[in-house]
Amino acid sequence: MDWVNAIVQGTLLGGLYALFAAGLSLIFGVMRLVNIAHGDLIVLGAYLGLTVVMATGLHPLLALVFVVPTMAAIGYVLQRGILNKTLGDDILPPLLVTFGLSVILQNLFLEGYTADPQKMNAGVLETASVSVGGLSLGVLPLLTFAIAVAVIAGLQFIFYRTPLGRSFRAVSDNQEIAQLMGLNKRHIFGLAMALALAVTAIAGILLGIRTSFDPTAGGARLIYGFEAVIIGGLGNLWGTLIGGVILGVAQTVGAKIDPGWQLLAGHIAFLVVLAIRPNGLFPRVSG
Amino acid sequence: MPEPILSLNRLEAHYGDFQALYGVDLEMHEGEVLAIIGANGAGKTTLLRSVSGLMSNAAAQVVYCGTPIGALRADEIAALGIALVPEGRQLFPSLSVEENLLIGGRLNREGPWSLSAVFELFPVLKERRAYPSTALSGGQQQMVAIGRALMSNPDLILFDEISLGLAPVIIKSIYDALPGIVGDGMSAVIVEQDISKALSVSDRVYCLMEGRVSLEGPSANISREAISRAYFGVA
Amino acid sequence: MSNQTHSISRTSQAARVAGVLGALVLMVLIAAPWWAGRADMRLMGELFLYLALASLWNLMAGYAGLVSVGQQAYVGFGGYMLFALTIFGGLHPLYAIAGAGVLGALIAIPVATLIFRLRGAYFAIGTWVIAEVFRLSFAQISALGGGSGSSLPVGIVRSLASSRSGRESLAYWMALGAAVTAITVVYLLLRSRRGLALTAIRDNELAAGSLGIDIWRTKFVVYVVASGLTAMLGALIFLQKLRISPDAAFSVNDWTAFVIFIVVIGGIGTIEGPIIGTLIFFALRETLADLGTTYLIVLGIVAIVVMLKAPKGVWGFIVERYDMQLFPLRYRVKLNDQAKR
Ligand SMILES: Nc1ncnc2c1ncn2[C@@H]1O[C@H](COP(=O)(O)OP(=O)(O)O)[C@@H](O)[C@H]1O
Ligand SMILES: [Mg+2]
Repeated sequence: MDWVNAIVQGTLLGGLYALFAAGLSLIFGVMRLVNIAHGDLIVLGAYLGLTVVMATGLHPLLALVFVVPTMAAIGYVLQRGILNKTLGDDILPPLLVTFGLSVILQNLFLEGYTADPQKMNAGVLETASVSVGGLSLGVLPLLTFAIAVAVIAGLQFIFYRTPLGRSFRAVSDNQEIAQLMGLNKRHIFGLAMALALAVTAIAGILLGIRTSFDPTAGGARLIYGFEAVIIGGLGNLWGTLIGGVILGVAQTVGAKIDPGWQLLAGHIAFLVVLAIRPNGLFPRVSG
Repeated sequence: MPEPILSLNRLEAHYGDFQALYGVDLEMHEGEVLAIIGANGAGKTTLLRSVSGLMSNAAAQVVYCGTPIGALRADEIAALGIALVPEGRQLFPSLSVEENLLIGGRLNREGPWSLSAVFELFPVLKERRAYPSTALSGGQQQMVAIGRALMSNPDLILFDEISLGLAPVIIKSIYDALPGIVGDGMSAVIVEQDISKALSVSDRVYCLMEGRVSLEGPSANISREAISRAYFGVA
Repeated sequence: MSNQTHSISRTSQAARVAGVLGALVLMVLIAAPWWAGRADMRLMGELFLYLALASLWNLMAGYAGLVSVGQQAYVGFGGYMLFALTIFGGLHPLYAIAGAGVLGALIAIPVATLIFRLRGAYFAIGTWVIAEVFRLSFAQISALGGGSGSSLPVGIVRSLASSRSGRESLAYWMALGAAVTAITVVYLLLRSRRGLALTAIRDNELAAGSLGIDIWRTKFVVYVVASGLTAMLGALIFLQKLRISPDAAFSVNDWTAFVIFIVVIGGIGTIEGPIIGTLIFFALRETLADLGTTYLIVLGIVAIVVMLKAPKGVWGFIVERYDMQLFPLRYRVKLNDQAKR
């Protein structure tokens, strides 16, 4: 039963990792950009949530109402102001610029919020649990997983069923020809980053409710998101959810064997997938 | 004399250090169908890319309805009513046939063309509307590419070698559709390797050779010798 | 003009002058223990280690297209190997440094086979995962102090040289030697046949592949060599620090972020870039370090601005202005204009 419990908890944790990954996957899909600062942007979402909660006394989940649009706006401005200038055939500029951005963000967090770990208080939500078939499941992890499924379904819908998604796919297919359709790729990229950071805001708030975070927490979140993307297969959003679940389960099962093995087990699961299925379990685009 | 719909003024174009166009002058009026012929590598595609904004030039080198557009981006030019059917069709592989057409119409310009009008022109596309664009034959893909450009209801449409790589029957059916397209006053530039085809559908013809205009005149009464001289650069 | 001839040469006036000057500077630097103070020597030692790290990172990113944000894996690995080989293997620290290099290169082989499956930017994050795996693994080894780390026993430190100033001079010379070695290895590698392949890859990977250059092998060799040398540097770094812990050993900020900034600011894809970048980095650090986090924010902004506005860095700017090259790598065609007489 303990093992079943570990697997179920890991699955739910995977929802959070899928949320870390979804934004990464989205912007890679649309503009082939790999954002090293992605983890720090998740943490930015958490700090913004914390700020709103402290200023207004709102429940952290309600803070989403402010944080999601703020992060989306930041995403649009960031993309149009800086990141669009780095896109091209050379992979160095986007990598190094987002790396620089990561360092800047971390130090801004340090200045603004000190190095002390912070956490958002979600009240009873944090401790509430339901018992299902002898397992006690936290309401927060369940909610997180449900949100992850909803977010991925929503992104999937936007991508494949709306004019915006059509534009995303067209620009991703062929930037030049997409311009001929009247699509301004800079604007489309800005919208894609806005959408990605809206998702990132949700991920950040859920992270900040679940665990404490500090200015350097972003690196690990980038890595988890990245591992979920690669395990699931590039360009496949549902695959990303499965990737997140595999990572989460590996971590909770690893922790069950030995607490020190929690994170290591997740990375090893990733490396094993990389060794036997280098394109991930459900690849869609080669990239 | 009304203002020309398009004029190129000493248009130059470069790929890095390589110069592809050397001071091309061209003028066309509303409702005209212009053919551009020339050997491979003469600069025909480059000229269409310059007009549609895929290559940027000095503003005044391309003037559209009196507005200098040489320095505008492709999406801005598209919004002004110029559409390109690119060489090699270049459909969006991850979009279905219908989505390819819809994205062509996203500018929402007024005019006769709509999804149903395109389906009327090319009925086979209606049957295959849900197919991925990659699942169509070459000729059908070309119909999608043409339909996609029409969907924006352009005032000026540019065709780049629409018969390239297609079987003669297909070419014929596509060219048969052309009068229905340019009939209602739409201006068109047609780049075509098949000279007699080019002459038969156009009002006037320009011949390019190594980045320069080597001949220009009305399509109806231009001599074969003049063309072969302009085409190959030999007497 | 008919009796004009061409000659092709690698050297130039600037390179010859630089060679002579470089030799002079090197001699002055070797003599530092006799003219420099203790603090200055420490600073210069650190500078040389960063110069070496930067040159190796530049070899990977600037020439082989291997953008790694995980070279701290090898810095930390080398540091830990120094501790393990001296404490448990009973090796003299100097042998342990060499051993760390060999082991670093050996472990880089399976690592490369695995992460070379990731392309482009994803490779970068993959290198970071590897560094995390190393960090978490060493934190599990209780014999090396687990998560809190351990110190180098006094006996081992003493075995290096009996007096403190002797040890300090030795550490300084080793750091200087490391920088010279790293630059020389990069220079020789780039002059070799493989170096030509590398330059071809840097300029156009597709074309290089179609010319029959084995891109994978070339990159693999670069990765393994750079990683082995980085592990040696790690051993040297922690021989100076005398204390190691997983967080310090595998710090992405200390061993990768700063190194990347150095190379980007100095000029990526040139041998001279890391030298200039290191000088600028230390100058900035010595003047702005009191600002703490602000200093790092400024550094990040400078790096972004350089990447966007002058992607070839300070050295690229100088080259464009004055057409100069201190390490003769390019071939130049000279017209020996005999017609002028
Ligand atoms: N992307 C490019 N890079 C470099 N040169 C090009 C490129 N595209 C075309 N060219 C050159 O420009 C010239 C004109 O090409 P193009 O306009 O495609 O000719 P056409 O369409 O008449 O066959 C040719 O010499 C061609 O080699
Ligand atoms: Mg052409």
